[in-house]
Amino acid sequence: MHELSVAQNIIEIVTDFAKKNHAKRVMEVVLDIGAVSGVIPDNLEFAWEVSAKNTIAENALIKINYIEAKAVCLDCKKEFNLDDIYSICEYCLSTRYDIIQGKELKVKSIIIE
Amino acid sequence: MCGTCGCGQSDDQITIRKPGEEVHHEHNHDYNHEHEHEHDDDKHSHHHHHHYKHDHDHTEMNHSHDHDKEHHDHKHNHDHDHHHEHDHSHEHDHSHSHEVKVEQDIMQKNDKLAERNRGYFEAKEIFSLNLVSSPGSGKTSLLEHTIKELKEEMKFFVIEGDQQTMNDANRINATGAPVVQINTWNGCHLDAEMINKAVKKLEVAEKSVLIIENVGNLVCPSLFDLGESKRVVVISVTEGDDKPIKYPNMFMSSNLCIINKTDLLPYVDFNVEKAKEYATRVNHHLEFIELSVKTGEGMDKWYEWLRKNK
Ligand SMILES: Nc1nc2c(ncn2[C@@H]2O[C@H](COP(=O)(O)OP(=O)(O)O)[C@@H](O)[C@H]2O)c(=O)[nH]1
Ligand SMILES: [Mg+2]
Ligand SMILES: [Zn+2]
Repeated sequence: MHELSVAQNIIEIVTDFAKKNHAKRVMEVVLDIGAVSGVIPDNLEFAWEVSAKNTIAENALIKINYIEAKAVCLDCKKEFNLDDIYSICEYCLSTRYDIIQGKELKVKSIIIE
Repeated sequence: MCGTCGCGQSDDQITIRKPGEEVHHEHNHDYNHEHEHEHDDDKHSHHHHHHYKHDHDHTEMNHSHDHDKEHHDHKHNHDHDHHHEHDHSHEHDHSHSHEVKVEQDIMQKNDKLAERNRGYFEAKEIFSLNLVSSPGSGKTSLLEHTIKELKEEMKFFVIEGDQQTMNDANRINATGAPVVQINTWNGCHLDAEMINKAVKKLEVAEKSVLIIENVGNLVCPSLFDLGESKRVVVISVTEGDDKPIKYPNMFMSSNLCIINKTDLLPYVDFNVEKAKEYATRVNHHLEFIELSVKTGEGMDKWYEWLRKNK
């Protein structure tokens, strides 16, 4: 489960920012997770529980901004929401498109004290 | 458990070895194994990323960097509010708490190292491939045949990734190509840092072809850029033709899809056109080569692809 690596990376980033800001603890972590990022929020939340133990972010509340996927059709140039990574253009049914949103994997902000 | 002597080596250490190096192994691993596996079911409670001694490069931790210009304004917030038990959180005075902007890509550490690898490969004109597939699709077989066939023409170096065995490195070693084996133990993918170390150990020559066989897994390796020039996903006709939509990220991030074991097509239900259509939906840039490592059918197209892209 690669979400463990992902959670580990988040902890490293969060710990680093917390220390630089002289935090005693981290209360909340806000993440952007794209719908086609390859990370499953439920798995990540589970992995977080395992990984955050004994870190400054233990017990921190995780907030996930789940970012839906959007694509631009290469044939009709229109923008549409991707329900699935393998869906087709809703206007012209083309399968050729570029994903313009939904691959995000990012730590947005933390709340510390 | 240690794949070589069964002594119960800690599973959270990455080992990088050349074939034959295991003889030095005895009970004196380079790594200590003082802790037992905490290995209940699937919960890998340790993780190897702990165990590298990184030099953390914190220069990028400057808040103003890395703001992805993209689309954050359009996002939907279904906040998965996750209620951990905060026994003590409300006893404190919340007035001391404040928000700190972070804006860091979660994969950035790996991505930066991957870019470093990529720069190194480019400078040395090393053509590098990251071969990914489910276990058993035929990656090692493809490599063995390719090296035997093209070794007069190209200088091959190989990095083998596997959770515990040296088998694949030993198979490649028999072809005469220099090889190192990375064992990831509980880890289910290779990452850029492992490649960085393996490349040093392997002393990859200039103008060579470096082939990295990733750990057999279609999920986890997709997130980890190794710095490769091209990513090649291998599927075999004994798998489902819906693989591309079951594991879209792997197909989305690959440049070439090899459909192997075509010799078995008469005996299985695999629909090649359907598989390609699914894969194209996920990634319309994807190229395809159908081949059988066993009979050699289609191998010439793969060799052509190597010559063209190298
Ligand atoms: N029938 C058939 N079997 C193959 C072919 N290529 C590989 N195999 C077999 O598939 C099995 C797994 O191959 P291997 O190269 O170890 O797969 P890997 O796990 O992806 O490295 C071995 O028994 C191979 O002999 C092929 O083209 N046709
Ligand atoms: Mg193999
Ligand atoms: Zn369209």
